[in-house]
Amino acid sequence: MSVEQTTRDDATLAALAGAVRPRRFGALYVAEHQLRAMRAYGWTIVIGGLGQPLLYLLGLGLGLASFLDAPVGFGPDGPVPYVTFVAPALLVTATISVTTEEFTYTVMSGFKWRRVFWGMNASPLAPGQVATGLVLAVAVRMAFVAVAYTALIAAFGAVGHLWSVAVLPLLGLLGGMAFGLPLLAYSAGLRDDAGQFAAVQRFVFTPMFLFSGTFYPLATLPTWLHWIGWVSPLWHASELGRAVSYAQPMSGATVAVHLGVLVALAAGGWVLARRVFVGRMHG
Amino acid sequence: MPAPVITATGLTKHYGDLVAVAGIDLEVAPGESFGLLGPNGAGKSTTMRMIGAVSTRTGGDLQVLGLDPDTHGPEIRSQLGVVPQEDNLDTELRVRDNLIVYGRYFGIPRAVCARRADELLAFAQLEDKARSKVDDLSGGMKRRLTIARALVNEPRVLMLDEPTTGLDPQARHVLWDRLFRLKERGTTLVLTTHYMDEAEQLCDRLVVVDQGRIMAEGSPAQLIREHSSREVVELRFGSQRNQAAAERIAGLGDRIETLPDRVLVYAADGEAVVEQVSRLGLHPTTSLVRRSSLEDVFLRLTGRSLIE
Repeated sequence: MSVEQTTRDDATLAALAGAVRPRRFGALYVAEHQLRAMRAYGWTIVIGGLGQPLLYLLGLGLGLASFLDAPVGFGPDGPVPYVTFVAPALLVTATISVTTEEFTYTVMSGFKWRRVFWGMNASPLAPGQVATGLVLAVAVRMAFVAVAYTALIAAFGAVGHLWSVAVLPLLGLLGGMAFGLPLLAYSAGLRDDAGQFAAVQRFVFTPMFLFSGTFYPLATLPTWLHWIGWVSPLWHASELGRAVSYAQPMSGATVAVHLGVLVALAAGGWVLARRVFVGRMHG
Repeated sequence: MPAPVITATGLTKHYGDLVAVAGIDLEVAPGESFGLLGPNGAGKSTTMRMIGAVSTRTGGDLQVLGLDPDTHGPEIRSQLGVVPQEDNLDTELRVRDNLIVYGRYFGIPRAVCARRADELLAFAQLEDKARSKVDDLSGGMKRRLTIARALVNEPRVLMLDEPTTGLDPQARHVLWDRLFRLKERGTTLVLTTHYMDEAEQLCDRLVVVDQGRIMAEGSPAQLIREHSSREVVELRFGSQRNQAAAERIAGLGDRIETLPDRVLVYAADGEAVVEQVSRLGLHPTTSLVRRSSLEDVFLRLTGRSLIE
């Protein structure tokens, strides 16, 4: 074998060996980085994660509920307290609001402000792994919020069945991702933030929060507003949460539709987001 | 001769109708320090991105470390160190953590990353900044940190895209010194620059690129020999009279170039030209004889019109 051949083989073999771990674990490395970076605003996450549910549950459960004469939520054995009705929807709202931060400004920061995604791009990581890693890190933050919320809901006695605390955080995660992943795909395609993220907050998140049967059943709204609920991951996840928490009556088909919409939104957003990352980073 | 680390044949890149790279052939040998010179928009960065396996080529052949970037991007990138034009350090992390986190992308165990981070901080003369925030570093320090980060995987090829743009002279010289040490250790350097002194300092061999094509190739000395004269005489007659004076001295030296503020005479012997000018009865307000530089070659090959 010539010296020439040896040199090239040596470099090529090193390259082939060098990508084995990144190809396998790349997304985890990205998640590790993102989670380390979150430590910079870790206290905001913890205080927000615990403080927000506390305020809502106190405000709605002890405050507003005392003015409500007619019951709004019903289990198989009759009406349930207002706070029990509203708690699953608040939980999903909280996980969704994580994404209005982490799948908007963090993405713009990665591509444009801190530019860290470009650093990742120059390493053996693939664009799809960058997207996956970001999603994993956000899922960790979301899981923290969902578990904290569920614990407080349970502490307020706002669950119908105690066993449901095992399922509610998962529904929170699914609802959060069903809203968040399409948002991630949208954000990753933006070159600049000319107010789009604030617009998402005001014109998508807020109306959805108000008109998705969060505080009262969707059926009480005029029929022409019902579509907001139908397209809203918040409504689908809240309905499932109510079915789990206090066995709000629901047919198997309805459960399947709610789950189907949430999974379809999350999966569709996920595929699209990965595609946008690849196009942008390896164009 | 050892096998090249980079081989490109007829390399092209189109963005829609725009041709960014229009058929480039090049070879870079291991341990070589290779430069891509060219004005803005010449296709240097696009070429770097294709070599760096982050941009797919439109046509031609490209092999990096014996592999095709289209099929083996992660493999190639595992052996590269990349210093981008714009810093992309993580300002949310501290200086040392930037190195550790980046090392993790290559699948390097945490303990090894930590050890290398300390060695690289010493190499980049940033030991006392290990716990600082990135935003508190000066421009030169950030660049050194970016270079240190690019070395965390002990790359075979270090790619630098305009590494010293925006730095003050002191910071540039410190950086050159560090790069020179890497070169001595046998790291292959591929760099783009539009500082000719930088190219002369760092590059064994370079290509001048313009409009997506290679205009010239060789060592700095070779390029000067082939595309310029040994010396250049700069004569200033006053902006109103330069044109007329240039017409009177036509024929002196190898070539004359008239600029708004001065007349340049390219010649093997500059002093002889100055004497001839004086014999013609012309008295420039200033005359300067200097050695021809890479900048003269560059301007000759790529023109003087401003590209922005």
